[in-house]
Amino acid sequence: MDITVPNPGLPLTSSDMVVEDRQRHLFRVARRAFTDEEVLEQERRQIFDRCWLYLGHGSEIRNTCDFVTRAVGGRELIFNRDRGGAVHAFLNTCPHRGAMVVREKKGNALSFRCFYHGWSFNVNGRFASRFEEGNYGKEHYGGGCADLTQVPRLESYRDFWFVNFDRNAVSLSDYLAGAKEYIDLVADQGEAEMEIVGSGQQYIINANWKLLAENSIDAFHGFPVHSTYFDYLQNIGSLRSDGFNAKGMTSLGNGHAVIEYASPWGRPIARWVPSWGEEKRELVERIRQGLIQRFGEERGLRIAETSRNMVIFPNLVINDIMAITVRTFYPDAANRMTVSAWALGARDEDHELRKLRLFNFLEFLGPGGFATPDDQEALENCQRGYRNQREAAWNDISKGMPRVGPPKNDDEEQMRCFWRQWRQRMAGAV
Amino acid sequence: MNADSNLSHGLVKDDPVLRARIEDFLYLEADLLDEWRIEEWFALFAEGATYEVPPTGDDKEADPATSLFYIADDYVRLRERVVRLTKKEAHSEFPRSQQRHMISNVRITGIAAGVADVSCNFITYRAKRGVVDSYYGKHLYRIDCAASPWKIKSKRSVLSMDMLYPGKLTIIV
Repeated sequence: MDITVPNPGLPLTSSDMVVEDRQRHLFRVARRAFTDEEVLEQERRQIFDRCWLYLGHGSEIRNTCDFVTRAVGGRELIFNRDRGGAVHAFLNTCPHRGAMVVREKKGNALSFRCFYHGWSFNVNGRFASRFEEGNYGKEHYGGGCADLTQVPRLESYRDFWFVNFDRNAVSLSDYLAGAKEYIDLVADQGEAEMEIVGSGQQYIINANWKLLAENSIDAFHGFPVHSTYFDYLQNIGSLRSDGFNAKGMTSLGNGHAVIEYASPWGRPIARWVPSWGEEKRELVERIRQGLIQRFGEERGLRIAETSRNMVIFPNLVINDIMAITVRTFYPDAANRMTVSAWALGARDEDHELRKLRLFNFLEFLGPGGFATPDDQEALENCQRGYRNQREAAWNDISKGMPRVGPPKNDDEEQMRCFWRQWRQRMAGAV
Repeated sequence: MNADSNLSHGLVKDDPVLRARIEDFLYLEADLLDEWRIEEWFALFAEGATYEVPPTGDDKEADPATSLFYIADDYVRLRERVVRLTKKEAHSEFPRSQQRHMISNVRITGIAAGVADVSCNFITYRAKRGVVDSYYGKHLYRIDCAASPWKIKSKRSVLSMDMLYPGKLTIIV
């Protein structure tokens, strides 16, 4: 042990919780950042109240008057399409006395009605009740004070809809920065458009939310944690060993980062593996040729062949791996998060291919998959291990720092991108 | 669903003896899971069998070809699930959790050609590292009572939970 490089002292403020020493190739994050409720409160104000947060995909409210309700950034929201087709995000609280106006998870409605006192609203948010004269004045009818409150900012990119609670935030397009290119690689997979398939998966992990942000783009843990998954691929003849060589990672700006690599697994779009059987081979090959036709050899094969794990700061993951998962998570407490995960596929997808996509999704992903539960186990073990932080106070995120040349995808530079942004945001410097 | 028509095997769905035998069979299954005798548990399944856990909050008729399940195993993947769970590297079940499977409200909902459709309520407890998870809902079985020994042709565990509070679904509920 190198006693000349002692750990920093116990951090007092969040900006002391991320320590980068480029000369000595050391990057440390205080474990307190994962456990302290005051840190979480500061994250709510500096990060979740000010960053663009994923709300949902346009396909979830495809028809006019469709709605879904969703917790985002600690708020309760209504995400809906009005009679004219315009998309809205409302705070799901009655302007009258605060009850949640819509209580179903999803549906289609011509108007919303609060069950508490019966105030009702058009799906564009306007107060629609007509009480007898003498009950309410002009400010209620047309004055706006009885309308549903809109989320301050709502913008979309390629039908991925985001909200921002900071009226003065930069545009979504500027915020996404380099991430747009990688959203394109997903959004371009459908000839028509992409859609969320079925309903999503919702589950709890007893760990700090940032552990999942790190884990979602961490290639270093792949073999140690997921050896049983790779054994499975091997057993069924699906492991394509030409895969998984590190292609590298890209910092996408604003704390977003992506790793990209040759896939060891099959991809419904569009990388066939023997366990799918010969009859699927032609189908997958057709998709592959279609991609090459539409986007040229290089980009077409990039979409078909390579896998990508991306984090859009702070809490959106789009992993285009053996299937596409869109995943967001929010802290209920410093040591607990709720995760929402969805499968994304092409809207015009062939029935057999769709079946394959969902089958493939479940081999790795989700609470019943062969990999995700072991990630959860790792995250929950970290959280538990942080009980030792008074004596063992720091995480090490230094892998790859001395490397000359571009970082590899199983380095930890992508996490360092996240943490640098976290530190800046927490200091109010962004 | 099977119709209650074919009596050639002498099985009818309101036969209390048959129900008692089915209950015994399900108790055996539960015991094998409780004791982590998971390879013996897998041997209860017929070749080509399926094992499914549909998404929470979806209807019972959900189809894994169009809807995102938690688990949708064909026979091969179910076998691989069992193989995985026998390994120390299935980290979420190492050290192994403790489980207890309770079933009740067993009903035979249909029978044809010796194959019974059976439903029952379940609650499964899983304890690990000071945390007790509970999973509850309804199992839907198709059991081949004409085979010897009996074989499960399909098992679908429909959770009655509105979200997956325990986070993981690593054990067989």
